[in-house]
Amino acid sequence: MNFIDILKDYWPMLLEAAFMTIKLTIITLPFALILGLLACLCGMTKHFKFINVIYLNIVRGTPILVQVFFIYFGIPSVMKELFNMPFKFTAITAGVITLSLNAGAYLSEIFRSGIQAVNKGQMEAARSLGLPYHKAMTKVILPQAFRIVVPSVVNQFIITLKDTSIISVIGLTELTFQGKQIVATTYKAFYVWIMVGIIYFVIIYLLTKLSKFMERRLSNDKGKGK
Amino acid sequence: MIKVKVSNLKKNYGDLTVLKDINIEVHEGEVVCLIGPSGSGKSTFLRCINQLEVATDGSIIVDDVEITDKKNDINKLRENVGMVFQQFNLFPHLTVLQNITMAPIELKKMNKAQAEEKAIELLEKVGLADKKDVYPTQLSGGQQQRVAIVRALAMNPDLMLFDEPTSALDPEMVGEVLDVMKDLAKQKMTMIVVTHEMGFAREVSDRVLFMDGGYVVEEGSPEDIFTNPKNPRTISFLNKVL
Repeated sequence: MNFIDILKDYWPMLLEAAFMTIKLTIITLPFALILGLLACLCGMTKHFKFINVIYLNIVRGTPILVQVFFIYFGIPSVMKELFNMPFKFTAITAGVITLSLNAGAYLSEIFRSGIQAVNKGQMEAARSLGLPYHKAMTKVILPQAFRIVVPSVVNQFIITLKDTSIISVIGLTELTFQGKQIVATTYKAFYVWIMVGIIYFVIIYLLTKLSKFMERRLSNDKGKGK
Repeated sequence: MIKVKVSNLKKNYGDLTVLKDINIEVHEGEVVCLIGPSGSGKSTFLRCINQLEVATDGSIIVDDVEITDKKNDINKLRENVGMVFQQFNLFPHLTVLQNITMAPIELKKMNKAQAEEKAIELLEKVGLADKKDVYPTQLSGGQQQRVAIVRALAMNPDLMLFDEPTSALDPEMVGEVLDVMKDLAKQKMTMIVVTHEMGFAREVSDRVLFMDGGYVVEEGSPEDIFTNPKNPRTISFLNKVL
């Protein structure tokens, strides 16, 4: 059995698994964006800053593997013990929760740095015209910050896509899990993992191209690139 | 009529005292120039007048409203006080026209058509009507600063603050900005100008304040300050810059 044979026999399974990987990533993205924005806004207030700090430190200070075990096994177990409630996440739900919490934390830092990267004079100019803080933020600062953060946000999406492979540990049939299964039946670890690697690579390569395209569009549109 | 009255103004940054005790009055229609060495507190003082810097102590009254009182709505006051910055601070994501009309539209002073009409009228006065649809980065420094002045004027302010408006410009562009300011002065706009352009201060201002070390050390007509300064620090400063 060589590379071609494996591809012939297993391409529908691999394709389906790749689709699951993409699906997991795409469902995660909006949640991560919302979480990231909320956490970032919390971080900019005096009273809710602690929420941002705690959240960020927990996510940064623990491995994703531990987080996914905690959510998939830990939470249902404590629900049963304390409230005697039969409760279970599906693998994909647990995966989305873990990945969203993770990406959200890093996105909040990206958003914060984007806002800080906008020149201080912009806020002053907006306020000097009489615009209240929230209007200065939405009309002047955020549109500029948005353009600054696009490359980093896409980069975070790529990291999230790669992190989906960790969700294989709870039995979600995504690309890495499927790879393991195929190796277990064919014993052709070299060919299978090369194939899985190529599939990840192609998806990410296309994403990178898309982000470059978006960056160019954004900067051309607004007369930035003279 | 007194437009701005500043009494016992103090400003600290931590242990550093930048403004020690400022007391001045500016009358309606008056052009006041602030001169002095760097670090003397000129810009900080100017920025206190629209509370971009919050005063540590003392009071500032603009149009009979005590702006240092937290109960008063600072945003309402700022609508009537225009400010022009050294670094222009135009909004790079908006066209010239959008830069100028954003605040009047957002703050519901005018609808879009009125705001644009007024903006174009003002742009014509500074000779930039043909640039209304370009982005700020496509303009020269002098053009950007003229747009910044128009942006402030679009709110119909009755007091204009200028924070070293020509310091970031190439020498050959200084004139075009100063000309716009001279026109404003002729129209009896009340102006407070922090500047290193001694020629402008001498020609246009009604009064010159010399600041040093957080105090207004000397004030008087441009004639007095430039030809007959009394304070030794004023004399030594003017000897260096003139």
